[in-house]
Amino acid sequence: MAFNVIGKTVMKSLFGKPATAMYPVIKNEFYPNTRGNIQVDMEKCIYCGICGRRCPAGAIEVSKPDKKWEIDRTRCIVCNFCVQVCPKNCLSTERHYTSPMTDKSNRISTFFGQTVQEDA
Amino acid sequence: MGERTIIPFGPQHPVLPEPLHLDLILEDEKVVGAVPSIGFVHRGLEKLVEKRDFHEMMYVIERVCGICSFIHGQGYVQTIEGIFDLEIPDRAKFLRTIWAELSRVHSHLLWLGLMADAYGFESLFMHCWRVREKILDIFEETTGGRVIFSVCKVGGVWKDIDNETLKKIVEVLNVVEQESKDLTNVFIKDFTVQKRTRGVGVLTYQEAIDVGAVGPTLRGSGVAMDLRKLGYAAYGELDFEPIVEKDGDCYARTLVRAREIYQSIDLIRQCVSKIPDGEIDVKVKGFPKGEYVSRLEQPRGQVVYYARANGTKYLERFRVRTPTFANIPALLKMLPGCDLADVPLLALTIDPCISCTER
Ligand code: SF4
Ligand code: SF4
Repeated sequence: MAFNVIGKTVMKSLFGKPATAMYPVIKNEFYPNTRGNIQVDMEKCIYCGICGRRCPAGAIEVSKPDKKWEIDRTRCIVCNFCVQVCPKNCLSTERHYTSPMTDKSNRISTFFGQTVQEDA
Repeated sequence: MGERTIIPFGPQHPVLPEPLHLDLILEDEKVVGAVPSIGFVHRGLEKLVEKRDFHEMMYVIERVCGICSFIHGQGYVQTIEGIFDLEIPDRAKFLRTIWAELSRVHSHLLWLGLMADAYGFESLFMHCWRVREKILDIFEETTGGRVIFSVCKVGGVWKDIDNETLKKIVEVLNVVEQESKDLTNVFIKDFTVQKRTRGVGVLTYQEAIDVGAVGPTLRGSGVAMDLRKLGYAAYGELDFEPIVEKDGDCYARTLVRAREIYQSIDLIRQCVSKIPDGEIDVKVKGFPKGEYVSRLEQPRGQVVYYARANGTKYLERFRVRTPTFANIPALLKMLPGCDLADVPLLALTIDPCISCTER
C-alpha cells in the first residue's frame, strides 16, 4: 500500500507536469475578477472626493480646483472600496498588479482632467 | 534532579515564522515550565475603529490575519449586522459559508504542511502546499484576491459566484479531496510520523475545559464543541457533526484537522446543492447604535467579536478575542513534561497565529 503511494508520487513527479510555472517565460494568467491596479477614467470623474475620503488606507487625493486625481500606489491595499463607492463609476481595477519599484518617488500616479498624464 | 536552565524559544525561531516567545524552564532535557510573552507585533486595531468608519473598518479587520482573513471579515460584519438587527439574503449567507469553509480547507492544508515541516518531512510539506494552491486559485477566481478577499460587506457580499463556477469549485474540490487522502494517510498511518506525535503533549478533557481551549485543540481532547453548530450564516441548514478525538495528544489534534478538511469539503458540496437564487445584499441605511457579541468558528477555533456603537459612523468600542489567544494557556498545560525537541511541534499543534493574537 505504502509502496503504491510512493511509486505513484515518484512517477507523477518524474513524468508529470511541474507544479510551478517557468515564470518569466510563462506568465501567470489572471482571472477576470483579479483585483490589481486602480484605474480612473478622468472623462467621467467629477472630483467629488468621495473615493479619497472613504479609502481605508488614505491612498487617494482629489483636488477639485486643479482637476487632479492622485493615488499613492504603495499605500493602496487594493480593497476595491473606492471602486464601489464612486458615484460616477469611473474607477476600475485592472487585472495586473502594480509593478515593483526601487525608487519611492515613483509611487504616486497623478491624473489631470481631460489630458491624462502619469507623473513619473 | 538536574539543574534548571532557562532557554528562550522565539520570538524568532525556524519553525514559527511568527513572533511567539516562550521562556522554557528545563531540567536536563525535560521542560518543567514555560512563561509566554507576546506583544512583538501589536498593531492597535481596537483603537483604529475610532478613526475609520464602520464600512471601511471591514477592510482593516480582514487584515488581522492572513489565513482566516475571510472569517475575520465575516465576524465583523456579522457583529455590525447584529447591531442593525439586519437579516441578510439567504444567498449571501450561503456564499459566506462557502468562502469560510474554503478558508478552513486551505488553513488546515497549510497547517498540515507546517506540521510536516516541523518534524523535517519536507516533501510532504511541499505536497500539502501544492494541493492548497488549487484552493487559492478558487479564491482568486471568485473574489479577486488570493489572501485578502474583500468580498464581505455590512448587509451581504460584494460578489456573486455564478452556478457554473460553483459546479467548477466542486469539481476542483473532488480532486483536492482525492489528493488530500494520500497526504493525510501519511499523517494518520505512517509509523515514523506517529512516533513523533502519539502520546506527546497530552491535554486531558478536564484540562482542556479548565484552560478554555478552543477549536481543534479542544476537540482533540474529546470536547464536542463547534460553534458552527450555533447555526450562524448558513450552517443552520447544513448537516454535520463536530469532529472529536479522544486522546488529546498531538496525534489527535492532527487527526481532527485532517478530518475537518473532508468535513469542510462536504459542507461546501451541501452548500452548492442547497444555495438559493436571489439577491446578495441589502441596503444599509444610517449608523449603528447598540452593542453586539458574535462568535464564530475559525479554522483555529472560536473567535469572539464585540462592538459597541453610539449612533455615529465610528464605533465606540471594538474587541476581538482570537483563538490563538485562548489556546496559549492550553499550550502551557501541554509543555511541562515534554522533551525540548518536542516544543516546536507542540507549539505548532495549537496552530498559533500570533498576528491574530496581537491584533
Ligand atoms: S469618487 Fe469617483 S467621481 Fe468622485 S472624485 Fe473619486 S473617482 Fe472622481
Ligand atoms: S482600492 Fe482601497 S486602498 Fe486602494 S485606493 Fe481604493 S479604497 Fe484606497
